[in-house]
Amino acid sequence: MVNETIKLESKNLNFYYGETQALFNINLQIPKNRVTALIGPSGCGKSTFLRMYNRMNDIIPGTHHKGSILIDSDDIYLEKGSMDIVSLRKKVGMVFQKSNPFPKSIWENIAYGPKIHGIKDNTKLEAIVEKSLRGSALWEEVSDRLHQNAFGLSGGQQQRLCIARALAVEPEILLMDEPASALDPKSTTRIENLIRELRENYTIVIVTHNMQQAARISYYTAFFYEGKLIEFGETEKIFTKPDQQQTEDYITGRFG
Amino acid sequence: MLKDKVIQYVLWGSAATSILIVALIFIFLGKEAFSFISEPGIEKLFSSRWVPVSFTLEQFGLYPLITGSFLVTILATIIMIPFGVTGALYISEFASNTEREFLKPFIEILAGIPSVVIGFFGLLVLSPIVKSLFGLNTGLTAITGALLLALMAIPTVISISEDAIQSVPSSYKEASLALGASPLQTSFRVVVPAALPGIIAAIMLGMGRVVGETMVVLMVTGNTAKLTLSPFDSVRTMTATIAAEMGEVAFGSSHYAALFWVGIVLMLITFGLNVLAQQLLKKYQMR
Amino acid sequence: MPKKEKVITWVLRLITYSIVVIIGTILFNIVKNGLPVLSWEFLSQPPRRSGAEGGILPAIIGTIYLVSGAIIVAIPLGMATSIYLTEYASQDRFNRYVRLSIITLAGVPSIVFGLFGLGLFVIFFGFGASILSGSLTLAFMILPTIIVSSEEALRAVPLSLREGSLALGATRWQTIYKNVLPYALPGMFTGSILGVGRAAGETAPILLTAAAFFLPKLPTSIFDQVMALPYHLYILATQHPEVHKVLPKQYGTALVLVLLVLTFNLTAIFLRGHFRKKYKW
Repeated sequence: MVNETIKLESKNLNFYYGETQALFNINLQIPKNRVTALIGPSGCGKSTFLRMYNRMNDIIPGTHHKGSILIDSDDIYLEKGSMDIVSLRKKVGMVFQKSNPFPKSIWENIAYGPKIHGIKDNTKLEAIVEKSLRGSALWEEVSDRLHQNAFGLSGGQQQRLCIARALAVEPEILLMDEPASALDPKSTTRIENLIRELRENYTIVIVTHNMQQAARISYYTAFFYEGKLIEFGETEKIFTKPDQQQTEDYITGRFG
Repeated sequence: MLKDKVIQYVLWGSAATSILIVALIFIFLGKEAFSFISEPGIEKLFSSRWVPVSFTLEQFGLYPLITGSFLVTILATIIMIPFGVTGALYISEFASNTEREFLKPFIEILAGIPSVVIGFFGLLVLSPIVKSLFGLNTGLTAITGALLLALMAIPTVISISEDAIQSVPSSYKEASLALGASPLQTSFRVVVPAALPGIIAAIMLGMGRVVGETMVVLMVTGNTAKLTLSPFDSVRTMTATIAAEMGEVAFGSSHYAALFWVGIVLMLITFGLNVLAQQLLKKYQMR
Repeated sequence: MPKKEKVITWVLRLITYSIVVIIGTILFNIVKNGLPVLSWEFLSQPPRRSGAEGGILPAIIGTIYLVSGAIIVAIPLGMATSIYLTEYASQDRFNRYVRLSIITLAGVPSIVFGLFGLGLFVIFFGFGASILSGSLTLAFMILPTIIVSSEEALRAVPLSLREGSLALGATRWQTIYKNVLPYALPGMFTGSILGVGRAAGETAPILLTAAAFFLPKLPTSIFDQVMALPYHLYILATQHPEVHKVLPKQYGTALVLVLLVLTFNLTAIFLRGHFRKKYKW
């Protein structure tokens, strides 16, 4: 963590589903323009933690949190200045585990975000659509059928469409919740290649249950277990000589 | 964001309307019925004679109206249970897909036939049959009404029972079949008992429909306010009383207020049936 | 299958189909006796000699007015309520009270709605027995049907579409308006049509709030009383001085009413099947 700019920071973060505590006192600093992987056995809180960054947990009734999350040192829950929930989510894009294209045309899927944020000019939208699709390496495959329904795409293409859709609102941060878990190996490789390209310009946080994947694409790795952050460090170190016994047990496949 | 807030308040207001309407129903029934408490006195409702128009002594005893509704409802319930439950069981467990595609919309059509048309059919076709079949002076009796009301409640019973039967986990059925039980044994020994709370709720909601139904009883039960429990007597239900007499009373008179009391009793009965049925259904969905 | 089983299955089938036969008998009876009465004159003329001659035009128009009024009030109100319940309210106390109210409303007997309409609209607000009073009464009667079926349609839209939209920075309303309603609206309208069909066939609520026995003129304002098909049938069948002479008119009215209501219901049933196939998530 030498010479890194901190993009995202959580301080003493606790999170509760009703009475059940899901996250325990998490302190984590995520550096700018790097890929950070969140790993851990299922139910360890990694997805819940990811959804804190764009306040996606807000839509689940009966949840609450303590502690704070900062983006560029601004508290995202303070709702002041440039940090209301809409600007937050514009700044922090998200790609879900199961691809969720809208039942609209490919073009409409990409233009959805920009339109919501007030871009009406058609030439501008055209440009954004093309740029986003190129950005997610989908342009070559779909440029001749932009106005067909997105449901006609293959699973891997749908997921890249969802990435393009997130890129279209020009976020600074991309959250990815097991984006390749439902895909075949070939599509997974494409998504991983895409993530490598994107890391030049975006701060990426990716949840994955696939340790090889974490090792292949991430620069930093955080290991979660039972709602707690057990260890955080450079991926290479985590995977070769972790400080914590629990991390080592997980990495070496003794549980999880 | 301001627009969002405004819209949210508008939607909230719409949702609150339902609460408001229920409150207004109770308030306005109570308001119009209120004067009866002091004059002629609430105890007058607890008697067995309903003679609201009289030169000598007006009487507002609710008992014959309550027994009228009770009699018709019980008879209708006895008739609708075998048909409704069997129909639901057959449609969900035994019917082929083609049969189901035909039976379900057909029964929904029945639910859509206006009650006044059912009453009209009862008046012209069913009541002469009842009259000659049982050798009565008139075909306008409690049983005539009950037959038609059962028919009207059957779609409700079928569709809710069917939901209950469908939501019995298929693992139950498979377990029974794997033990060598036949489909029929499985239906009666496993599926029906497991779906029972839902089926009972369905019957209660059907009863709610029967108690509250107006036009059929008004047209075919003979409209005689007498205290009887014989299916072959003419009776007068609470609903029919309101419908028949409200048009002719003077606003604010004792008779007018008494009719609102009838409405209150009716409201409380259906409210009770509904809440109980919903409790049953809820318990059942929790599983 | 053992013989006993076969017999019992047949008994079940027989009982089920006996319901079908009864429905068929009723419909057949109405159609057979009503069809000869249907004519352009019957549909386009006002009644004469208190319904013994002429047609039923004012009753048809009256029913259309009452139903339209009910639609204008109940559909926006019901849909807005269902949107609030599914998209905004969580499991808070307000939500529970609204639900209890809807269940209660669904069980209120139609004649009690009549009493309520009489007390509130006719007398308290002074609208008199009128289209306005009758429409409002019918609207509140069909409100639960519309709310419940609209909610079902909204819940059928997957959560992932809402999450996807919110994650792009859309507000809640933008999400609902652009990414939920377009897919839920067909289903919401279908359910509403069923409610409307019910409103068209109901007699008891309008008995005390809107319906006139014999009114050959067409209404000119929402404060006018109207004739209505179900009430007209009731009057001809039970209150008319020459009940037997007007029998054909009764059947004709019954047929028109049944056709009107069945058109609504069949449309709804057909559309529902269509949309269920269209949106399989």
